[in-house]
Amino acid sequence: MQIRILKDKILSKLMLVFTLASVSLLLIIGIGLYVHSIPILEKSSWGTLVTSSIWKPLKGLFGFYPFIMGTLWVTGIAIVIALPLCLLTALFVVEYAHAGIRRVLVPFINLLSGIPPVIFGVWGVLFIIPLIQNYIAPHFVEFSTGYSVLAGGIVLAVMIFPLIVSIISEVLNTIPQELKDASLSLGATKWETIKKIVLRKALPGIIAAVVLAISRAFGETIAVLMVCGNNAVVPHSVFDPGYPLPALIANNYGEMLSIPLYDSALMFAALLLFIIILLFNIISRLILARLERKLTS
Amino acid sequence: MRRRKAEELFFKILMLIAAIIVCGSFFLIVGTIFAKGLPYMNLDMLTKTPGGGFYIGKEGGILNAIIGSLYVAGGATILGLLISIPVAIFINMYMNGKKFLSDSLRVAFDVLFGIPSIVYGAFGFLIMVYFGFRASLLGGIIAVTLLVIPILVRTLDEVIGTVPLELRDAALSLGATRWEMAKVVLRQIRPGIFTAILLSFGRAIGDVASVLFTAGFSDNIPTSLHEPAATLPLAIFFQLSSPVEEVQGRGYASALILTIIVLVITVLSEILIKKFSKHKS
Repeated sequence: MQIRILKDKILSKLMLVFTLASVSLLLIIGIGLYVHSIPILEKSSWGTLVTSSIWKPLKGLFGFYPFIMGTLWVTGIAIVIALPLCLLTALFVVEYAHAGIRRVLVPFINLLSGIPPVIFGVWGVLFIIPLIQNYIAPHFVEFSTGYSVLAGGIVLAVMIFPLIVSIISEVLNTIPQELKDASLSLGATKWETIKKIVLRKALPGIIAAVVLAISRAFGETIAVLMVCGNNAVVPHSVFDPGYPLPALIANNYGEMLSIPLYDSALMFAALLLFIIILLFNIISRLILARLERKLTS
Repeated sequence: MRRRKAEELFFKILMLIAAIIVCGSFFLIVGTIFAKGLPYMNLDMLTKTPGGGFYIGKEGGILNAIIGSLYVAGGATILGLLISIPVAIFINMYMNGKKFLSDSLRVAFDVLFGIPSIVYGAFGFLIMVYFGFRASLLGGIIAVTLLVIPILVRTLDEVIGTVPLELRDAALSLGATRWEMAKVVLRQIRPGIFTAILLSFGRAIGDVASVLFTAGFSDNIPTSLHEPAATLPLAIFFQLSSPVEEVQGRGYASALILTIIVLVITVLSEILIKKFSKHKS
């Protein structure tokens, strides 16, 4: 009897330790990255690092502005492409599609979410790059290799399809049937009900989905690296190459220990990513958690 | 009236097109990989390690990367499971009446899930530098374990949530300790644990950014934890950046291998989830 209870007590403490250790990973990662960014932060301030666009590691000049802009361009393009498509798809799946069609569509969206980033990258190189180079870009600019922020944006958009569709679908499913029935019984068409009732009710959830998708797109590395061109200048059009932050980290790990301050600069890049994504994630999770609570209460 | 109907029809068609694009992109990707990879596919790819001159188009295969990836993903999943099962049990069964705390923990794991793999990779690299070991199988496993812990915890947490509360109450009312109750619940969720394993393994085997700094690359199959290990996604990436056509082609074939592995895993886990949710109702 005593042994059983003792076992329970010991195991409970052990599990507490495991839980605390894995949660504190958030803190430890943040601190670890910060500590390693200190050398570069001592040399220049946050402000100059983020706003300077001169990137000459050999001279000790680290300006992250082009990389931040590269990240913003590809993420922006991805969201602009993905959001309308995913919103319409989610509305179709939840509101219009027959159960049979739904049963066919949903598994494929799940399968898409299982495909590894590097495969998206390969697909981008094989399909999107030639598409842009030969068919899209010639209509707008004189010459483009296809390796551009547009290519990165398209590949990223496809990567975040499943995430946005599944979150928006979940949110749409939570909207009470009575609300829709009330609108329909007043003579509104189904689309009018969606436009004026469903979408308005679902707005916080849609915002949460977008914020989550942005943070996902921010951190995506290899697929974007393979199609973006990786040129450390600020892009001015969608056909310009860009160089997002994660690609910068991934591309230079080989040299980072041989040039002074370089490793610190890359860890600072990782810290920037970490902080932005942490904030965005917390915001969207809080919105979603509140929605869920409203529903269950 | 007619305008309202027309508007409805217009958006209905738009929705259909959007759904076709979203789902069709899956076929487009898999189709492209098959079309480009299949011509270069052969048995050597699966059964041989890179021979001399492999990277200029001479013979060999990517067995080193396949085995390396299985080691990394398998090791990380096992290690992750050892950590995640106690965490999931603790959140669900030892935090009664502290709903705010357990909900905060769930949000924390959701946030950890959102941290990109490149950050885990960079952090794993810091750990390695701190403890003074070089890029190796062990380093890769550690970084990927950090990556899969949130996936495992959240999946297990959801699965435990499907176990009827009465079952736990019955165990407790018979005088069982919380740990004995947990054992009953664990037996109930065995298929769910398997789903979690598949999800974690699928994510681990396809991820590049976390192993890039930590696992290194080698043409040999690693024989100890301290040797560098090749991984499938990295092998694809390297072969694709080669200017030699033959090597690029083998990159496509490697991509095909990875795609097939991941698709099989995803389909299996889909089937398991379906089965599991059938039991629930």
